[in-house]
Amino acid sequence: MTPIINTGNIDRKKRISQGVAFTIFKLMSYSVVAMLILILGFIVSKGIGAISWDFLTKAPEEGMTKGGIFPAIVGTLCLVAGSSLFSFPIGIMSGIYMNEYATGNKVATFIRIMTNNLSGVPSVVFGLFGMSLFVNTMKFGDSILAGSLTLGLLSLPLVIRTTEESLKAIDNSYREGSLALGATKLQTIQKVVLPMAFPNIITGLILSIGRVSGETAPILFTVAAYFLPKLPTSIFDQVMALPYHLYVISTSGTDIEASRGIAYGTALVLIVIVLIVNLLANFLRNYFSKKVKTN
Amino acid sequence: MKRFFEKLVEGALLISGSITSITILLIVIFLFKEASGLFNSPVIEDGYVLAFNKDNPVKKLSSYQIKQIFDGAITNWDEVGGKEEPIEVVRLSDLTKYYTEAELGANFENIPAKASELTAKHPGIILFLPNSYIAKNFDGTLLKHETLRPGDFFGGKEWYPTASPSPQYGLLPLLLGTLWVSLGAILLSLPFGIAVAVYLAEISTMRVRNFLKPVIELLAGIPSVVYGFFGLVVIVPFLQKTFQLPVGETGLAGSIVLAIMALPTIITVAEDAMRNVPRAMKEASLALGATQWQTIYRVVIPYAKSGITSAAVLGIGRAIGETMAVLMVTGNAAVIPHTLLEPVRTIPATIAAELGEASAGGGHYQALFALGCILFIITMIISISVEFISSKKYSK
Repeated sequence: MTPIINTGNIDRKKRISQGVAFTIFKLMSYSVVAMLILILGFIVSKGIGAISWDFLTKAPEEGMTKGGIFPAIVGTLCLVAGSSLFSFPIGIMSGIYMNEYATGNKVATFIRIMTNNLSGVPSVVFGLFGMSLFVNTMKFGDSILAGSLTLGLLSLPLVIRTTEESLKAIDNSYREGSLALGATKLQTIQKVVLPMAFPNIITGLILSIGRVSGETAPILFTVAAYFLPKLPTSIFDQVMALPYHLYVISTSGTDIEASRGIAYGTALVLIVIVLIVNLLANFLRNYFSKKVKTN
Repeated sequence: MKRFFEKLVEGALLISGSITSITILLIVIFLFKEASGLFNSPVIEDGYVLAFNKDNPVKKLSSYQIKQIFDGAITNWDEVGGKEEPIEVVRLSDLTKYYTEAELGANFENIPAKASELTAKHPGIILFLPNSYIAKNFDGTLLKHETLRPGDFFGGKEWYPTASPSPQYGLLPLLLGTLWVSLGAILLSLPFGIAVAVYLAEISTMRVRNFLKPVIELLAGIPSVVYGFFGLVVIVPFLQKTFQLPVGETGLAGSIVLAIMALPTIITVAEDAMRNVPRAMKEASLALGATQWQTIYRVVIPYAKSGITSAAVLGIGRAIGETMAVLMVTGNAAVIPHTLLEPVRTIPATIAAELGEASAGGGHYQALFALGCILFIITMIISISVEFISSKKYSK
């Protein structure tokens, strides 16, 4: 009896459809890489010409068509430092609370939901909020303080989440071992859990720095200055910032065409910051995971 | 003592844990507080009045009607519920058409008297004057002090905050612009994102994955203003050339930039969902003779459906809230969009572009905060629905 269905034929069809589908998926995945290369390549090739020692160390000149971006670099550094001072301790402490103290109970769930909600809030809403609370109500004015607090709140969910995940990755047997030796809960966290989670937490913190240094919308109304060659002397001063600088000179500068070179250079500096942050985070992650394995 | 210290630390940790909740609460309070005055703000500019002839039966005009009258779109009183009578628009500067400068006085001291006289003489007049030029015994009706109605905001078809005499704060063009651009973005990036997620979760080797993951992370790390800049100098001119458009800054440019920006979110969430498919289910499918591809689209994708939905919703959320990139590439024309090839303006872009010029506490300022409230509510709905979708996965 001959088989009614020619299985060989169906097998071939199946194989072909699988081959086609997989090839498409592969192509799409690699086109994401192509996208990244296109964006990075474009900005690097156009921006590299603008980069020089003077560009990095001088203030903008002649309606921002010449000169450098030094005040903007300093401003961004101030904002990163200020927001980190605020978000790192609070974020790490919240992460510890959620994973070590409120494990699985309603409080932890509630905090987690709220943290997720906060991370979904658009950055421009943070800007509105920061302006209303810090600039107007608390009378900080447009200042590094107001901008840092706004950015700190924005990056808080990211810090909390990475801390919590780093702590979660640590096997419970370490905690139990420590507790069994008579250590208190706090001692266990301090001497056992935190040191082990430290590398991953650091990686998360570095990534949050990358995020903060590129944010524009939250600083529009809380700190950013259009043009301010003077460096800040107190936390109540306004500053220029790299992302805002890129925005103004590419859309509303005095002479957009003439300042294109500066714009490419500024974009390149921002990209380099992001690249360094990501490479550093990846390096730390690999370095420590190898170290843990060899231990 | 030691136990007391432990309790103290736990308390401190709890307090920092509650910061995010407190922040959300504060955002709600401050946004709504600043926006709350919107429906108490007058429909015409502060310090000005509108006056009619006293025989004119029209006593009320909405903000939009006033704008249409002054734009010349409404030219007869019967269109706004009055008598058949052509409308005669008179602004302060138009007074010189009716009176010589000598008649108005060297220091314009006669304006109040003349304005009153003019209003009495012309039955179809609508006069727009600063408060101070209205005489005590003004011979005409003044438009009652009207405030912006919720309908003017929620149903308003025009966003034109600098319009004189009646600024327009219509939500619709901005809301539709936002949804339009975000929808375009998600349509572009969802197929892409799912394909990459499938490839990463099911097909690629570990080595390829270890190469692709950092690439995607990097794509997520690029600041939005850099995407905006890239869009402005590459995508916008490209679109302008390809579609022969008068301007390249269009909704489509926004959608493309947002699609690239939403991609990492979609890929990561969808891949996580696919990785959570139990190995046993995949093995059972393969053991029944299904190919790997059949297993993917018959087992893995249906099982990870809720995760993929979350990915799509989160991607939309990211797109709706994105500010700078959209601001830089969409052209910011506050009109209701009909195609993706026109300039559009989104809610976040409007806030970012205009808050700097709006005077604190004024109608424009309050309207921008009201936009912020709308945006906040939309993103809360998105967050909660993601929560709901992913909690459903576990109860099943």
